[in-house]
Amino acid sequence: MDFMFSAQGLPIVFGVLISISILLYAILDGYDLGVGILLPMDNAEQRDVAISSIGPFWDANETWLVLAVGLLLVAFPAAHSAILKALYLPATLMLIGLILRGVAFDFRAKVKQTRKIVWDYTFKVGSYITAFMQGFMLGLYVMGLEYNVYSILFATFSGFCVVAAYSLIGSTWLIMKTTEEFQKRAIGWAKKAGVLSALGILTVSLINPLVNQSVLKIWTQLPWAYLYAAIPLLCFLMFILGYLVLSRLPLADDHGASLPFYMVVIVFICCFLGLSFSFYPYVVPGELTLFEAASAPESLRIILVGSLFVLPFIGGYTVISYYTFRGKAEKLRYY
Amino acid sequence: MFDILILSRIQFAANISFHILFPTITIALGWLLFYFKVRYDLSKHPVWMRAYRFWVKVFALTFALGVVSGITMSFQFGTNWPGFMETIGNIAGPLLAYEILTAFFLEATMLGIMLFGFRRVPSWVHTGATFLVAFGTTMSAFWIIVLNSWMQTPAGFELIDGVVHATDWFAIIFNPSFPYRFTHMLMASSLTVCFLVAGLSAYRIYRGDNKKAPRITLRTAIFSAALLAPMQVFVGDLHGLNTLEHQPQKVAAMEGLWETEKGAPLVLFGIPDKETKTNKFAIEIPKMTSFILTHDLDGEVKGINEFEGKHPPVAPVFYSFRVMVGIGFSMILVAWWCSYSLIRKKALAKTQLCILIGMTFIGWVATLAGWYVTEIGRQPYLVSGVLKTADAVTTIASDNVLFTFILYVTLYIVLLTVYVKTLFLLARKAIEVEEYDLAPPGIAATQSEKTGEHKVAATGDPTTRSVPLTQAKGV
Repeated sequence: MDFMFSAQGLPIVFGVLISISILLYAILDGYDLGVGILLPMDNAEQRDVAISSIGPFWDANETWLVLAVGLLLVAFPAAHSAILKALYLPATLMLIGLILRGVAFDFRAKVKQTRKIVWDYTFKVGSYITAFMQGFMLGLYVMGLEYNVYSILFATFSGFCVVAAYSLIGSTWLIMKTTEEFQKRAIGWAKKAGVLSALGILTVSLINPLVNQSVLKIWTQLPWAYLYAAIPLLCFLMFILGYLVLSRLPLADDHGASLPFYMVVIVFICCFLGLSFSFYPYVVPGELTLFEAASAPESLRIILVGSLFVLPFIGGYTVISYYTFRGKAEKLRYY
Repeated sequence: MFDILILSRIQFAANISFHILFPTITIALGWLLFYFKVRYDLSKHPVWMRAYRFWVKVFALTFALGVVSGITMSFQFGTNWPGFMETIGNIAGPLLAYEILTAFFLEATMLGIMLFGFRRVPSWVHTGATFLVAFGTTMSAFWIIVLNSWMQTPAGFELIDGVVHATDWFAIIFNPSFPYRFTHMLMASSLTVCFLVAGLSAYRIYRGDNKKAPRITLRTAIFSAALLAPMQVFVGDLHGLNTLEHQPQKVAAMEGLWETEKGAPLVLFGIPDKETKTNKFAIEIPKMTSFILTHDLDGEVKGINEFEGKHPPVAPVFYSFRVMVGIGFSMILVAWWCSYSLIRKKALAKTQLCILIGMTFIGWVATLAGWYVTEIGRQPYLVSGVLKTADAVTTIASDNVLFTFILYVTLYIVLLTVYVKTLFLLARKAIEVEEYDLAPPGIAATQSEKTGEHKVAATGDPTTRSVPLTQAKGV
């Protein structure tokens, strides 16, 4: 406890808090962005089901992004400024995507029936832009926030990887939340997105240590290398098991319909741990460490006390929300 | 190409002006929905649920626009104003973090239950969720106005090597201008919602909606506005006196007072000219400004001349202030006139309905004008006396800022148009809905079946006594 509040401990604690926020964001907003990307434009009824499956959650899901960016801003202001200035244009495009899909979600239910399809397209396109730009920014970050031909190529590739990964978690969410024809369709999507995601993750994992010498050093340093090796092994084990599970779904009584979703969550955690370990203790790759970028300890302490007090409540009512809207998605009605 | 400072300022102003429109509505509308829900829980009369169901849709739409336009802000602090966090991050940081932790998650999570959970949770849980959403929006306003007030009237800090460090959090949160600004903003939000509710309800009645719900919401809105609008003038006056004490240069600009004077006149209107440092075509009331500000006809009021190089541009502050005050007084007139008609004649004339429809979004104009007074009035400082706006600006290429600015503004114009149109569309749709046809299965319907027409009518609100409950489905 004393270490947590000490001047050396605080940057680490906040680094961990931001990492957890980003991870939760990627999982939670990941599935609702994925549902947006997969939105079936050929079937109005399935679109309604898809959107109602994320209706009560998307708002809170996006709040994790605000928390992650907000914590970065308040705990490591120099890093917030350096990272987001370098990513200014892709970040703006991502925000435009987020705005488009956020408002489309509400407008589609309230405008004239003939206009609904316009907002459904807006929702889908907005989700694409958001996911792609997040991947693009991740790619640039891995490449050290520099713009050159290779880094932009890599960032573009990374953008598609994130689209695939969000489609994967989105389709497994739909498997959990839907029935019959739509569920079968979602299983098909999950298989395709799973293969693409696995290839993407494999490629990034190989390129990252080749480009960044420091990353290679971290992953090959004994004895930690044995422990680190468990991360990609677990990740790809999940892909293989996941594919086997998907091939057997749907089962009678809807058994195992939520299993793929949780397996994808494990994949996300593995990827995230892999990336975090690659860059620690840097917050701006190769330039700024957590310790150099941190705000004054007394301010961080104030935030930490509040966080420790409030986070259990946030966890609590998030659980209440998911419990309230458990089970299969049904048509949403406002009241 | 373009000056990065001007571009960044215009872009930030555009983003935050667009953003503030939506919280201004949700802060007070949340409490109004809570009121409707409590009335429903107490009386079980379906009219309150109808009012709730209509306005919760408006709330959902407004909330969504507020959330997405707010995310932009959390990025722009660092990208466009890096000097802001570098200098005052130790104070702004915790305040922003507390806003996210105590307000954003609460409102965003409870909103799901509030919008879609009515049939899934017991009624009291739903009422509780409505309360928590309203509470969350107010908490969010609390923290952000703490930060804004601190930027206006900083307190409880020390400067070490040009960086602000907190010394007294109580003094920071309850800084000198905070209580006034917070009250003024909450009341601005309430009045905005009063006129929004009155405007859309009047629109429904004007288009021939004979149902109970729009008449009840109209009455609620008009009577609240009649009470709140004069109180707002009083609170605004206190806020002005507080500004005079801490930021006299802002008041000088508001009043268009170029030279320090004893017995300063009140400039009703004029065109401030910064070259000659006079007001052209000024219409003045002698000695009135001295009287309002010092409660003495010959009291001395400081002019712009006292603050060379440290005062805001006069014209925008001067005009915005007049727009805000003008709307404030027109709100009082309209609210009192309509209240009189509602009490004496039980209904509004067509002219009154038209005026209310025209004033649907008038609260937005007043709120924005008020914010321009206080924000432009703080220039050239970003944090009064601590940090100048010019010293906080980014080094991003101005072409990039221009490009994103055009993107944002285009998007905002489209969204604002669609938003306003959609609210009126919702109102038209509501006209066609049968009265009480949405009685929720299992709760209100069985309730009215059990209690029957007479009992509900007897226990219900007096204004609803004439409603034949046989119109309700399932009865």
